[in-house]
This record gives sequence, C-alpha cells and structure tokens, in this order.
Amino acid sequence: MAGTSLRTYLITRLALVVPMVFILLTLVFLLLRVAPGNPIQAALGGHVPAAYVHQIEHRLGFDKPLITQYGEYLWNILRGNFGTTITDNRPLSQIIEQNGAATLELTFFAMLIAIVVGVLIGLVAGRYRDTPLDIFGRLFGIFIYATPVFFLGLMAQLVFGVWLGWLPTSDQASPITQALLQTHTNIFFVDAIWDGNWGALWDITKHLILPATTLGLVTAGVFIRLVRVNVIRTMRDDYIEAARARGIAEHRVVFAHAFKNALVPVITIVGLNLAILLGGAVLTETTFNWPGIGHELVVYLENRDYTAVQGIIIVFALVVVAVSVLVDFLNAYVDPRIRY
Amino acid sequence: MAATAPASPRTPYGRARLLALGRATKPIREASGIARGMFWAGVGITFAFILMAFLAPVISRYNFSQYKANGVRFPQLGHPSGLHWMGTTVQSDDVMARVIYGAQTELKVVVIALAMSLSIGVPLGLISGYFGGILDRALVLIMDAIFAFPYLLIAIVIAFVLSTSSIGGGIFTAAIAITAAYVPLYFRVVRNHVISVREEPYVDAARALGARPRTVIRKYVFFNVVQNVPPIATLNAADAILLLASLGFLGYGIQPTQGAEWGYDVSRAVSDASSGIWWTGLFPGLAIVLLVTGLTLLGEGLNETINPVLRRRRFGQFDFEPVPGAVEEAE
Repeated sequence: MAGTSLRTYLITRLALVVPMVFILLTLVFLLLRVAPGNPIQAALGGHVPAAYVHQIEHRLGFDKPLITQYGEYLWNILRGNFGTTITDNRPLSQIIEQNGAATLELTFFAMLIAIVVGVLIGLVAGRYRDTPLDIFGRLFGIFIYATPVFFLGLMAQLVFGVWLGWLPTSDQASPITQALLQTHTNIFFVDAIWDGNWGALWDITKHLILPATTLGLVTAGVFIRLVRVNVIRTMRDDYIEAARARGIAEHRVVFAHAFKNALVPVITIVGLNLAILLGGAVLTETTFNWPGIGHELVVYLENRDYTAVQGIIIVFALVVVAVSVLVDFLNAYVDPRIRY
Repeated sequence: MAATAPASPRTPYGRARLLALGRATKPIREASGIARGMFWAGVGITFAFILMAFLAPVISRYNFSQYKANGVRFPQLGHPSGLHWMGTTVQSDDVMARVIYGAQTELKVVVIALAMSLSIGVPLGLISGYFGGILDRALVLIMDAIFAFPYLLIAIVIAFVLSTSSIGGGIFTAAIAITAAYVPLYFRVVRNHVISVREEPYVDAARALGARPRTVIRKYVFFNVVQNVPPIATLNAADAILLLASLGFLGYGIQPTQGAEWGYDVSRAVSDASSGIWWTGLFPGLAIVLLVTGLTLLGEGLNETINPVLRRRRFGQFDFEPVPGAVEEAE
C-alpha cells in the first residue's frame, strides 16, 4: 500500500507534538504558579521585608493577573527565554549549557552500558528460556531493577572508592583538570579529546566510570526484561517455525531471523527509557555530586527557587518530547507497518 | 427452582463465586516450575515484610527515633554489636530499629498511593474508553503527556509544591506525589482494554437488551478489564517503593521524626561512606532491594500465569515431558 508516505507520517507526528508540549507547559505552570503558597517568600526565606518581596514579585511579574502571567510564560518559552533563577540570578540558558552538558555526558555513557548489558543478557535469557542461564539472567534483571540507583552508587563508592581506592567517588573531574581544560563543548569528555589532552581524558574517564556504570546497570534491568520477552515472543512466530521447517540451521534461525526482529522494538525501549534514565540521573548526580542538571534541580528545590525549578522541568519535558518524536521517526523508518 | 431458592438463597451464588475463584486461580496452580517458584518466593518475601511492619513494636528492641536506653545514650556511628545488631547512626539511632519500622512507613504509603491511583485511574479509564468522544481525546492527550514525563520528576514536583504549602511533608504528601505519577498508567491500561472489550458480542448483546451504560460498564466491562490490574498493581507497588525511597533520598519523603524511611536513611549514609562506614547505608538499602524484589517476583509470577502470551502450563501443548516409564518402553 502506498497510502501513507513517510513524509505524511512525519508531518502528522510533528503536529501532535504541539498539543503535547502545550499540555506539559500548562501543567508545569498550574503546579508551580497556581499552587498555594508564596514562591518568592519561600525562595527568599522568612526574614525579608515585605516591600522587598513585593519588589521582586513585581520584577518577575508575579503580581499580574494569572492569565497575563500564563501568556507571558508561554511567550517567553516560545522565544527560548527560560528565565533567570531567583536565588542566584543565573540565566537558565547557562544552566542548560553547562550542567546540561554534564548530564549529557553521564546519560550517554550510562545508556551505552545499559544497552550492551541489557540486550546481551536479555537475548541469552530469552533464547535459553527456562534454563539456568535464563533464571540467572532474570534474577539479575529483577535484582538490579529492585536496587535503587542511589544505593548501588553508595555501595560502589564504598567498595571501589573507599576500600579499594581505585576510583574517585564524586565530581566530574579533579580540580586541576577542571582548571586546565579548555572549553569547547562543555562536555568534558569531548573537550579532552578535542585538545588531545590524554591526561585529562584519563582523569575524566575515571570520574565517569562509577556514576555511568551505576546508572547504566540499573537501567539495564528494564532492558533485560523487555528484550527477553521480545525474544520469546519472536521465537514463537510462524516464520521462525517456517525457517526451521526449511531446514535452516538453528543458529542462523536464531541470529538472522529471531534476534533481528526481536531487536526492532529495542529502539522504542531505548527511547521510552530515556525518561526513566533522566529520573535516575537526578538521583545518580546527587549521589556522586555530579554537576549535572538534575543535581542543580535538587539544589534549587532545596532553595525553593521556583523559576529555576520551572525552567529545569521544562527543559526535561522538551527533551522527553523530542526523544519520543525521534524514536517514532526511527521506528517508522525501520518498520513500515507502523506508518499506517 | 422457585421452591429451593428461598430456602438457601445464598448457596448457588456462593458456589458460583467459589467456582469463579477456582477458575481465576487456575493459571497460578497450573504454572510451570520457575514461574511457580518465583511467585511463591515473592509471596514469602512480601508476607515477611508485611509481618515485620505489623509486628515492628514486638520485634524491634528500640523505637525508630530512640537514641538512648536506660539513660545511656547509644554510641554515635557505633559498629554492629550485640546491643545494636546493625550498628547506630550519627544521631545514635539504632539502624535495625529504623529498618524494621521502615517497613511500616513503606507499606502505609504504598497502600494509600495504590488505592488512590486505582480509584482515580480505573474509573477514568473505564469512562474514557467506553464513551469515547471529546472527553476521551482530551484525557488521552493529558495522560499521555504526563506519562511521557519521568515519573520521578512528577513526584518530586508534587511533593515539593505540597511541602511548601500548608499541607507540609508526611505520609499523605508522599502518597499523593506517588499517586500523581501512576494515575496515567492505570488510565492507559484500563482505557485500552475497555476499547477492545467494548465491541465484544456480549457487550453488544447487553446493550441490545437495553442495559444502561452504567450497568454495562459495571457488570460486563469492569470485571473483564479488572483482571489485568493485579499484576500491574503488584509491579506498581514495587515501583512505588522505589519511588518513595527516591523521594526520601532527595529529602521529600517522610520527615525523620514522623517515621523511619529507608531512602532517607540511605541519603544520610552517603556522607558516612567516605569514612568507610557501611552499616548505616547497607541495611536500609538492602531492605529496599529485598521488598522490591519480593513484590516484583510476585507481580511477574502473576503476570506470567495470567498473561496467556507468556503462560506455560505444566502440561502445555509443546512441553511433553518424557515420562520415565514411557521412555524406557519406547527404547
């Protein structure tokens, strides 16, 4: 059927993004602006003269009618202006650039580890269903899923950081490296390669190992379960039976026929798990004092800085929406059935 | 029929219900070795934690916020010892007491949160799926938007807003935060199932007989759809424990004076770790892992047995196990 072309699909999908973003933005606004309590007072603490509070309220436009505030809020975001934090007057764009880069570095490597570990164990467990390998894989998946990322991080710090003394347990790089590293992309790992600064790269890698492995392993738990079920489902399909009936060697049936098809949904799984990964990043960054955007979120939450919290949440929302669109595009490209 | 019915009006109904129960648990009884083992291991672990929660005052030697006994203050960061099996924290609290009482907090919050998300998500999904139309579209859009969002962040924001307002922190705040994160999930599951059930012949038949939507939903759709809920709710309970612990870790769960919470205890332990102190973090953390594992096993076991796609019966179609005698005969 030539009914729906890829391009039509893309346009329809993009059109659906608009209401989704709009709803998310509205929910964030409702939660943070309309909620009871005075955010400015909360951010400044209890012992501030009322006049000063009013002054700041006026500067931020919090004294206008809610509808006007809502309009201005949407308009500002549309222009890419996410505001400035109340407590330390930092533009949100700066937070996105600097701390966002740290989060990107962490989540990228964590995702890599999660995919490798999760897909491998999931495939093996699904292929050798109900054998000891499967039981081991599944139990590992359940255990790792049941382990809170901050607990795994804490134990990793204890074992590899404190007792064995192999790896650093906090920060993105040692202070010397941070001072000497030239900034190109804000992503330390890339910057070090850019300059060919191998000493710095080694230092950065050492700092990265514990947080990325922790976050990656915990995320892998979800992958194991989903990949396993997918393999089992695919192995039951008629075309596998057909391939076997035609006398194709079992290993070829498994690798060329079953695994390939079982892995198509993994793209979706990876995309869906980005949301979970971002949530986990907030916890991992807090555990390892990693200067990412999730770490900043926790700090601003503690300081009751509503503008900062609002801005960071919006950034997360936009990233999640963007990734979900990207995943749908990839899926439509790989599997033509989805387009209809 | 008319003569016997008044004599024992409840008997036929009761019998029918018993049979229905028998049918419902049949997949569990027929499950194959691994699924059964996992299921029962899950039941055991979960039950042990429930028991621990109820018997906390009996089992635990100290209270969760107790820092002295008989006028003697407990040691600070004391090693595990005969008096304090799991050691003490920097505030001189007994780690074991906090682990035991923690079970109370987790179960309370999770039960409240699940009850709330079910009682919001399921009816919304039923109505939205059954009636369709603009309401359905609007709800789907909103729920999908929330669903796409990292649920930890939803919970954090809700807990943050509530704790700033007059409501303050506590068990209810935590439960509401968790509820907000899970309503979309139940909504989606129930709605999608209702849509497929809505067109079934027996529902059509009920409608053709003139049953009102209320009756159709209650008598025909609801019981069909609600079968999917137990495995999801169990897996969700596991997830909710992790979520509560995460909130506690970030300081948005239960206030330390209100109850013991494992996530909060682990967060306190992060600063101890740098000096090699392991007992303040290890035990509450292990408690989380164990309870979540138990609930996951229980949920997965239910899922495997109830979900026909994954089900493998003990004497399934393709699983003819060689009967020892038969094999000998054949050879």
